Parts: sequence; C-alpha cells; structure tokens
Amino acid sequence: MAVCVAVIAKENYPLYIRSTPTENELKFHYMVHTSLDVVDEKVSAMGKALVDQRELYLGLLYPTEDYKVYGYVTNSKVKFVMVVDSSNTALRDNEIRSMFRKLHNSYTDVMCNPFYNPGDRIQSSRPSTPW
Amino acid sequence: MADAVLFEFLHTEMVAELWAQGPDPGPGGRKMNLSVLEGMGFRVGQALGERLPQETLAFREELDVLRFLCRDLWVAVFQKQMDGQRTHHQGTYVLQDSSFPLLVPMASGLQYLEEAPKFLAFTCGLLRGTLSTLGIESSVTASTAALPTCKFQVVIQQP
Repeated sequence: MAVCVAVIAKENYPLYIRSTPTENELKFHYMVHTSLDVVDEKVSAMGKALVDQRELYLGLLYPTEDYKVYGYVTNSKVKFVMVVDSSNTALRDNEIRSMFRKLHNSYTDVMCNPFYNPGDRIQSSRPSTPW
Repeated sequence: MADAVLFEFLHTEMVAELWAQGPDPGPGGRKMNLSVLEGMGFRVGQALGERLPQETLAFREELDVLRFLCRDLWVAVFQKQMDGQRTHHQGTYVLQDSSFPLLVPMASGLQYLEEAPKFLAFTCGLLRGTLSTLGIESSVTASTAALPTCKFQVVIQQP
C-alpha cells in the first residue's frame, strides 16, 4: 500500500521514517524532506484564509511521475507524510484518511507511553508496518 | 463517578509521599519536591495534549487553546469546566476555578491555606505540559485566596 511513511516532529526533524523497498531509501527520505515545504505552505495558507474548515488532513501534497505524496498535521504540529505508488489507482481519499487516522492513533499511544520521552526517535519493535 | 475519586486519592498519596521523602522541610528541600510534582504534571499534560484534541479541528489562535484548556481538559481530568478565564494584558491569562476538586475535600475557607500550594503543583505542570504540546511555551503559577477557590496564572513566553 503505502511505499513510505514518515512522522516528523514540530521542529521538523524526523521521529520515524520507514519505507518498504529497502533499496533506494534515500530517494524517499529526500521526497519527504521536500514535501515539508509544501506542508508549511498549506498550513500557513490555512491560517491566513478565514475559511472555517481547519482540517487536520492536508490531502495530496504533490504528485511525481511515479508517486503521490499525502500530508496530515496534528494539533501539536507533528506532521505525517505518506508516499504512495501512483500505479495503485484503487486507493481512494477515504482510505488514505483512514490510514492517517490509524497513524495518529498509534502516535498518540506512543506519546502516552511513560517510557517514551517526547522528542526522541520512535523505536518500533516490529520491522515492518501493519499496512 | 468512581473514576474521579481514584485520581483524587492517587494525587493525595503522591503529595504525601513526595513530601515525606524530603528532609525536614527546610526551604531547599521544599522547592525540590514541588518541582518534582510539577514535572510529573508536565509529562502527563504532554500526553493529554496529544490525545484529547485528536478529533477536534486545528486550533487557530491562542485563545482557542486557552478555551480548550478550560473546557475539554478540565472536563476530562476533573469532570467539570473551569469557571472563569480572564486576559490581563497580552500573554497573561488568569484561569479561575471556584471549587477546585482537589481542594474541595480539604477545607472551605482559610484553614490549611499554607498547605494548598503543594496540592496545586501537579495541576500547574499539567497545564504547562498541555500548552507545550500545543506549541505554547509558558509558565504557570497557582494561588489561593480561600479554599477551594484557586487561580492559575498562565504567562506565555514571547519568542
């Protein structure tokens, strides 16, 4: 499903980043890094426009020829970025939203873990993500 | 109904334990215990600041965040809303609770006034932690004029 998932802290450093094809990981890291600019743009646009809709889900950030990048911001300014294969056209917006919701729930659980210090890298015991 | 009482008992024990552990309350030992309590509240506030606003929409400005504190956070922790919120000048807010649940079982009036600060330290940390997760660095102090009324003063650090 998702080819790469990243959790980025408020200060814009990565807390967790994992991609499925383990070769060429650097390309995904770079893509996530560049998508941060788009996220900031969307968040500040949302702040200025007096639109009542202040959603957490940011939607499609930008498409490349092979991949699509989606973003989501939490209330604590932690950003989730997901890179999806373009050839997988069956993925609808709703599914992306539900993936982000699951990710948000898992991140909240990590925060509530008393052994986790906020700001540390997130260590996952399982090598691959459930989706 | 029983849930609220569980937290109150836990809180009472926390204060009692941290107070007894320090050496005979000279000024040095006393401040250290209060900051331990405040630190605990801070960590809990950080986690709550992540979990509670999960379904709500993004906060637009500081006042939204303060309103969230007075309503949702207070209801989640103490099962009631905070009574009053006032802005003094930019960056300073005073949140007032006329019957603070952790002080209600103690006394009603001026008795035990000097014991009150250690029962408020955890809550100060709670407020500071939640504000910090939501992106606002602040310092929170509490004061009581008469139990069980108390005021929390939130001073927001300007960057």
